[in-house]
Amino acid sequence: MNKQPNSFRTQPDDRGHFGEFGGRYVAETLMPLILDLEREYRAAQQDPAFAAEFDDLMKHYVGRPSPLYHAERLTEALGGAQVWFKRDELNHTGAHKINNCIGQILLAIRMGKTRIIAETGAGQHGVATATVCARFGLPCVIYMGAEDVKRQSPNVFRMKLLGAEVVPVTSGGATLKDAMNEGLRDWVANVHDTFYIIGTAAGPHPYPELVRNFQSVIGTEARAQMLDRVGRLPDLLVACIGGGSNALGLFHPFLDDADVKMLGVEAAGHGLDGDEHAASLLGGSPGVLHGNKTYLLQDEDGQITEGHSISAGLDYPGIGPEHAWLKESGRVEYTAVTDKEALDGFQLLCRTEGIIPALEPSHAIAAVAERAKQMGEDEIILMNLCGRGDKDIFTVAEKLGVEM
Amino acid sequence: MNPLRKLPICGAQLTSRLFSAFAKPHPAFVAFITAGDGDTAANLDALVEGGADVIELGMPFTDPMADGPAIQAANLRSLGAGTTTADVLQIAYDFRARHPDVPLVLMGYANPMIRRGPEWFAKAAKGAGVDGVICVDIPPEEDDALGPALRNAGIAPIRLATPTTDAARLPSVLKGSQGFVYYVSVAGITGKQQAAQASIEEAVAALKAQTDLPIAVGFGVRTPDQASAIAKVADGVVVGSALVEIVGEFGKDAPAKLIEYTSALADAVHSAR
Repeated sequence: MNKQPNSFRTQPDDRGHFGEFGGRYVAETLMPLILDLEREYRAAQQDPAFAAEFDDLMKHYVGRPSPLYHAERLTEALGGAQVWFKRDELNHTGAHKINNCIGQILLAIRMGKTRIIAETGAGQHGVATATVCARFGLPCVIYMGAEDVKRQSPNVFRMKLLGAEVVPVTSGGATLKDAMNEGLRDWVANVHDTFYIIGTAAGPHPYPELVRNFQSVIGTEARAQMLDRVGRLPDLLVACIGGGSNALGLFHPFLDDADVKMLGVEAAGHGLDGDEHAASLLGGSPGVLHGNKTYLLQDEDGQITEGHSISAGLDYPGIGPEHAWLKESGRVEYTAVTDKEALDGFQLLCRTEGIIPALEPSHAIAAVAERAKQMGEDEIILMNLCGRGDKDIFTVAEKLGVEM
Repeated sequence: MNPLRKLPICGAQLTSRLFSAFAKPHPAFVAFITAGDGDTAANLDALVEGGADVIELGMPFTDPMADGPAIQAANLRSLGAGTTTADVLQIAYDFRARHPDVPLVLMGYANPMIRRGPEWFAKAAKGAGVDGVICVDIPPEEDDALGPALRNAGIAPIRLATPTTDAARLPSVLKGSQGFVYYVSVAGITGKQQAAQASIEEAVAALKAQTDLPIAVGFGVRTPDQASAIAKVADGVVVGSALVEIVGEFGKDAPAKLIEYTSALADAVHSAR
């Protein structure tokens, strides 16, 4: 595109806009809270004690820094670029989601809030939220689409073990977007004491910015680790995208490294040519939902359509507004991978590296497999392996026709 | 036929209809139902016959985040029946033809309103005889998304004030608001708990200190007694969920029930002071 800014790392503006995207499209009841949250977040950003507590928990509770791993057998199997993984699946709770939850619960405590709510799709964010609530002794309500409750029963049990109340949401399509609607309804009715821990880099400003910043620990570590291990930056970053927080976490610290290309991988479900996908950027159009302007799956009247993906964590009909802006600015390339390709990627990684990935990053693996072959052996791909696959083995078994 | 392109401008006295409704010697009763849920034309006529002074017509949306179960269900019934934006505008247009003097306000969410661009929506709504628009999820901070287009078209953007809107923030809410101010009496979703009368009185007084616009109070108002108490201090009272439940429960037989219940509500509001 033609309007390249001097830096890609200075968004959003003071109104929370990433170009034309983002913003604060919320009911008036929530508006004062959103402004309050922004004030409190700015103060926390200036407070060395806040950063110190975050860093300490990252190190001793989450287990950071996560390793940077050279996947040599996978590289050999693909025959092309060297594939490296940022191992965020090794975090406590098994995914990148915990990074953001630690940051937000520290904000909640700072603001004097005594009750936590969250929405969850695959259950990873719900588990991460329930985990930090247990750690800090705050009551926790998780809204989860009734369909997802069925698809992700191990995570539902985990949340309950951790002391969270899991509320199955039956309205609409009973998936992630409906859980988010219900979360917003709870929040608007309990504004005085409740903090809403949004799980991805979406929602009203300042959520997209603060989630991105908490998740940027991924890219900040990876950048330093890469320089330390191979003495240079990678040629291509790859990450899967549902709402887009793990991808932004990896990409953001590299955005001004002009030689580093970036590829975001959406869920193509049964294929982009039909309606059965969750690719908001490639198959959607701009609109307003859940507090921000971004790319959405919607019909010609602006009614939101249901996403589909084999991965419950990717089938959200929207995407973080910063991705919408990065797409339009041309800085990041976006592609999509089908359910079947993701399943192939899942099995490939199991067999070549002894790592069972979540279905979400399996989409990224499929894209890596395709790109690596087109690149030289001296080139480096760095992929965020953002979650582990224990939660998905039942889904995968079913798709592979295996009875357990 | 696509009615969106063919509607001629209907009626000349657009926002003056809203002005007149609140200039009556009694408080105004504002009645809400969702467009495309049941026989909307018959139901709207019933609201007018029952004594509603202002009609709020809900635009159905797949994700009505500020609404409780009753209006969520109405949205889903309407969309399930295939209601489109064109249908909503046609319902408004036909209502305007039947009721040239009753103000009509569209209430809904941003995405269906701005899908084809704010100017398109403002022009289409104006053409359908709509007097005002309440958009739940466009606060003053995002006014550019729709407000200028509405004002340019002569449609009143009606803003919401809530229990969380503090004194510092109120001027920005009132700025650019036209027609009336909708005071959301509870921090919550539609149709749920009711607010304490004292808090409503206090809030209406605070609003009146800062604006000459009429103040209508809604959210959680269900019964004639509640409506009457609120009408003692407010310029208008909005009832939605209780009416939408009648539509949902009685289907084709809803109009008679709506006339009955609207009359009770309207009488309570009109005779409050």
